[in-house]
Amino acid sequence: MGSGFIIYKFILASLILIISLVVAMYSTLIERKMAGFFQDRFGPDRAGPWGIFQPLADGIKLFFKEEFMPNTADKFLYILGPSLTMLIALLTSAAIPWGGDMVINGKVYPLQVADINIGILYIFAIVSIGVYGIMIGGWASNNKFALLGAIRASSQMISYELAMSLAIIAVVMMTGSLSLKDIVDSQKGINWNVWYQPAAFIIFLVCAFAECNRSPFDLPECETELVGGYHTEYSSMKLGFYLFSEYINMFISSAVMATLFFGGYHFPFEDSLGLSPNALAAVGFLVLFIKITFLGFIFMWVRWTLPRFRYDQLMRLGWKALIPLAIVNIIITGVVILIKQG
Amino acid sequence: MFTKYIFFFLSTVALYSAIMVLLSRKPIHSVLYLTLTFFAIAGHYILLNAQFLAVVHVIVYAGAIMVLFLFTVMLLNLNKEEVSPKPVWIKIVAIIAGCLLMIVLIGIFRGYDIAIEKDPALTQIGLVKNLGQVLYKQYLLPFELASILFLTAMVGAVLLGKKEQI
Repeated sequence: MGSGFIIYKFILASLILIISLVVAMYSTLIERKMAGFFQDRFGPDRAGPWGIFQPLADGIKLFFKEEFMPNTADKFLYILGPSLTMLIALLTSAAIPWGGDMVINGKVYPLQVADINIGILYIFAIVSIGVYGIMIGGWASNNKFALLGAIRASSQMISYELAMSLAIIAVVMMTGSLSLKDIVDSQKGINWNVWYQPAAFIIFLVCAFAECNRSPFDLPECETELVGGYHTEYSSMKLGFYLFSEYINMFISSAVMATLFFGGYHFPFEDSLGLSPNALAAVGFLVLFIKITFLGFIFMWVRWTLPRFRYDQLMRLGWKALIPLAIVNIIITGVVILIKQG
Repeated sequence: MFTKYIFFFLSTVALYSAIMVLLSRKPIHSVLYLTLTFFAIAGHYILLNAQFLAVVHVIVYAGAIMVLFLFTVMLLNLNKEEVSPKPVWIKIVAIIAGCLLMIVLIGIFRGYDIAIEKDPALTQIGLVKNLGQVLYKQYLLPFELASILFLTAMVGAVLLGKKEQI
């Protein structure tokens, strides 16, 4: 573990950080363009050609807005809330394999920050602590609506985590490993998990909507009932952090789904193209990005198509539909694996 | 070595936040300090190469149980900074009970000759595969009994949570 190793990991981590931030920045623009498309209007088109500078304009606006903090707020926790949300949103990307192995000067450089053998559990751990930022922020603003939003967020996330983990167990059973790298490599070519585990994918997708607080499950920030939800009292860049982390979460959960169900950086006929390992890693990275873009599109598509659920409907769907479905899926997977083994 | 500094850092964080759980006036702060303690302990598990235990510790304690604690404290609005006046005899009993626990703990660690692995990175028992082998082969019966215990607790909680008579 020399200094070269540390420098390489540092560069990789910084690159992933920058890519996540830029992607999240531009998904705000794409989201608004999509909304425009679905509602038969143009969307933002004033800042630059095709509204290309709109995210920059939004960022500048948020930075320069007046900072307002309620008198009765718990000062430290009020600032901790958005910071924690942002930090936790960015943590997940460490375990995701972003591409195959690069070979430079005879040394192998995997395009993954940490290939831990519990990768998928690490992601669940981060998802399960993701609610702290929202809860702390909602409580610290000392506002009834914010508190209600925070409480909704916490119970929603705990409920949907269960179904999410149970859906993944079927995939883990098929692969026999918790490492994300192993899961990706078991899906070489077009041998994707989504063909074998469509039910798990659907359950995971629905839970991902709920975990990211995206519509149709965006009850923690339900405007018609809660003013603004957990970020009612936030302004300026602190509000920006909350809104921005939602897009990072969306990007990362699309990446996790692409990794678990759509073969990650693998694509059909990759061995017969005769590419060098470096070119293959680069193409694999691009392929992963195309898959992430497609899944991100589904997020936006659903948001601008479906109306919001009622809170009891959300809970009923989570506990009485998704969890039993996931358990049945596990049992069927187990039986099939046993029969195959003979 | 680098890990030594991480160990001291994590221990400092764990001890400080554990003490702050008791000293903070606001219940919410206590809960958050307790969460921080759990994270520091999870870090210790990783230093001992027990990755599975560490991550399950974070998922179960920090991710689920402490969120429910926080949830309850927020919902009950226990934000009054009050020092609840406790009778003197409760304090004395608490101190005696705490000291007894301390004596028991010291007794345990003195009695046993704890095998300290020179390099924790070499112990493989904390990895998922080995842990699964041990849990499902050697300790299958206790494991299943613990599961039944959990199931019973779950049924009991649902029963208590139901408002109408069954």
